Amino acid sequence: MLYFSKTKLILIYSIIVIFILFSLLNLVDDKTNFPISKKINLGLDLQGGSYLLMEVDSRPIINHKLQEKILELRKYFKKNKVSYKKLKLDAESISFTLEEDHKEKFLNFFTNKENSINSYLDRYRAYEMEHLVENNNVRIKFSKFGLIEVKNSALDQSLEIVRRRIDEIGTNDPTIIKRGNDRILIELPGINDPNRIKKLLGKTANLSFRFVAESENTFGSDLLLFENSEDELNVSKRIILSGDNLLSAKPNFDNRANQTVVSFTLDRAGARKFGRATADNVGKRLAIILDNKIISAPVINEAILSGSGQISGNFTFQSATDLALLLRSGALPAPLNIIEERSVGPDLGEDSIKAGTISLIIGFFLVIIFMVFKYRKLGLIADLALIINLLLLIGVLTILEATLTLPGIAGIILTVGMAVDANVLIFERIKEGMKYENSNIQAFDEGYKKAKSAVLDANITTLISAIILFLLGSGPVKGFAVTLGIGILTTLFSVYFFARHISSFYVMKNKDKGMLI
Amino acid sequence: MISQSLKNYNFINFYKKLNFVSLTLVFLSIFIIFFKGLNLGVDFKGGTLIEIRTENSNVKISEIRQSFLKMSLGDVTVKKFGTENDYLVKIESKDNENNFIEELNQKLSSDLGSEINFRRVENVGPKVSSELLEAGLLAISLSLAAMLFYIWIRFEWQFSIAAIAAIIHDVLITLGIFSLFSYEINLSIVAAVLTIVGYSMNDTVVIFDRIRENLKKYTKIPISEISNNSTNETLSRTIITSVTTLLALLSIYIFGGEILKGFSFAMIVGVIVGTYSSIFVATPILNYTNVSSKSILKEEDNENF
Repeated sequence: MLYFSKTKLILIYSIIVIFILFSLLNLVDDKTNFPISKKINLGLDLQGGSYLLMEVDSRPIINHKLQEKILELRKYFKKNKVSYKKLKLDAESISFTLEEDHKEKFLNFFTNKENSINSYLDRYRAYEMEHLVENNNVRIKFSKFGLIEVKNSALDQSLEIVRRRIDEIGTNDPTIIKRGNDRILIELPGINDPNRIKKLLGKTANLSFRFVAESENTFGSDLLLFENSEDELNVSKRIILSGDNLLSAKPNFDNRANQTVVSFTLDRAGARKFGRATADNVGKRLAIILDNKIISAPVINEAILSGSGQISGNFTFQSATDLALLLRSGALPAPLNIIEERSVGPDLGEDSIKAGTISLIIGFFLVIIFMVFKYRKLGLIADLALIINLLLLIGVLTILEATLTLPGIAGIILTVGMAVDANVLIFERIKEGMKYENSNIQAFDEGYKKAKSAVLDANITTLISAIILFLLGSGPVKGFAVTLGIGILTTLFSVYFFARHISSFYVMKNKDKGMLI
Repeated sequence: MISQSLKNYNFINFYKKLNFVSLTLVFLSIFIIFFKGLNLGVDFKGGTLIEIRTENSNVKISEIRQSFLKMSLGDVTVKKFGTENDYLVKIESKDNENNFIEELNQKLSSDLGSEINFRRVENVGPKVSSELLEAGLLAISLSLAAMLFYIWIRFEWQFSIAAIAAIIHDVLITLGIFSLFSYEINLSIVAAVLTIVGYSMNDTVVIFDRIRENLKKYTKIPISEISNNSTNETLSRTIITSVTTLLALLSIYIFGGEILKGFSFAMIVGVIVGTYSSIFVATPILNYTNVSSKSILKEEDNENF
């Protein structure tokens, strides 16, 4: 066990040197143009920032899609002279009654792969919708795969809009990824005020222009609240123009009215619609509605044919900027709800780094001193191995560009405490061997050999815990699993290659002396 | 006999008494956990946790409580957290609007007449918290199963049973202590429990490894004697490793800041109990299973074919 071939030695020491060089990369200043820019990332809990988990509320979309289906069904029934009764939308399903012979006809149509209402999804080899027949009652709803399709497309669109909004705000290295089929995970490192982003992400930003209904009872109108007051207004259900027709929007200061406004430009189709609607309705009030709240309802003074206009509504510069941003990046297909939020302020992050570093240094010295006290010169070897171990660990984390969290630092400190265990196991074996082996060399050799199975077993058990924690843990805790797990691997390397070599060196030099431990 | 070990304690003498103590502690822990319950944090129960710092040091904790009371948010607990002006606020209610945090900050600041700094906000919805709880329980059970399996492969089933009994003993007592003192269980405590599982196993495995080795070497000596000698032979390693691990953990506990306090406390308890259990729980159970040289050598033979 104590003999090392030259190639092996070269390999061992070049690995050590390479990893140490990598660990030193963390000291390189970002501004210098160093060719390799690998670094350990600081987790949100250390550098401050926000973690948001948002869920797409797909119920409104499903409802909307079902309403469309009802229209299509009506069309089909009319065209094929199918008489139906009680066609209505219940909770997430459509139900209606058909006569016996019509039922057969309808179901044949409905389960035909080419039918226009219930599309067949090749990807899943299943229909978008499923039906349930009870006497003459037919109930249809989205199938499992149909729901997945709807949710996935809503999620994809939402992801795109969220990405646009966050890009517009301009944060550093945001992470925006899909989770499952209805969630979006957002990590925003280093932001001071997550509230503004949360507010912006929480808005669906459905913009519509609708006329104010003339009398209270006009057919097809909604009673909507104003954004900034308790006032209500009856607004026609007919949408003149929606946010889809918007080309751009920006905050502006209107000198004449002495107020901040949001000015917008419409695309060509939008400009034509808007022009026609305003030309025909001069003198009427046009309500500008965002997410079912009225921003303002100005009177149309003249036809607006240029395809551009402005929205006023008691804006501050900030709120006008935010509204313009929302309008530019488009509306979300469905509401997004924050279901988990973890934010850490930058000053707490700094405090955590400080506390983590101090406890690492103190823990490290306590262990080092204890080992020297217990094993003297061999203790020094173990300590040297521990230092190499730490550098290797940092090197590996750097190469992987791993994220270091506060629990991750705890994992490093724990590694320091547990890493000496392998050396202790070996040293204790050597100590035992010294009593019956003739030579020190023999005792060392035997010690390394015999301790091997215990060292492996002991470390693999901890590694199992770390792997499970990595797979099932979330957030900062994952960082703990990473440092603990990698720490075990670097421990085994530093003990069985580095420390073994140093101790072989040591024992060769002192082979004729008495007991070495 | 195998008398190379430096010290020779007769651990067998303590087994009866200490087994009784262990059993009592385990049942007490189960009893406390069952009747008093665990103090689940927002990670597992949902709700909002806010670490606040008041810029004005004249603000009293009672004023903060009063201010929250006025907002009628249901159950709110406010307690001191670390340094002078830091407080930890836990709000149980779960269905909050997206801009709930901002409103809270404004109300507090104006109410207390001081700039209030929200240093940390953790807001977990009911769906996510139950998912996290599930994942946590799954992780702990999976790790137990993995350990059981690993020891079963590496050793024989008797070792596996003894080791798992010791781990369950450690985890139950650690959780029992958390329940007794109403310390909060959050994600980092689950991480601590998993690490305790690994550590306790690690400690047990070293003794078992020696027992197996000695069983092979001395086929005529009964298991009780072999395990006693093996424990003695590995005793100094057991103690040294526990000491270095505890030194590292104490350093985290004292200097690592408030956030790591719960985690390091759980680990300290776990390491102490885990060290104790490898000697006084796992090893005696192995004795009771009557594992012998024969069963080990037979297994070896089978492996050779």
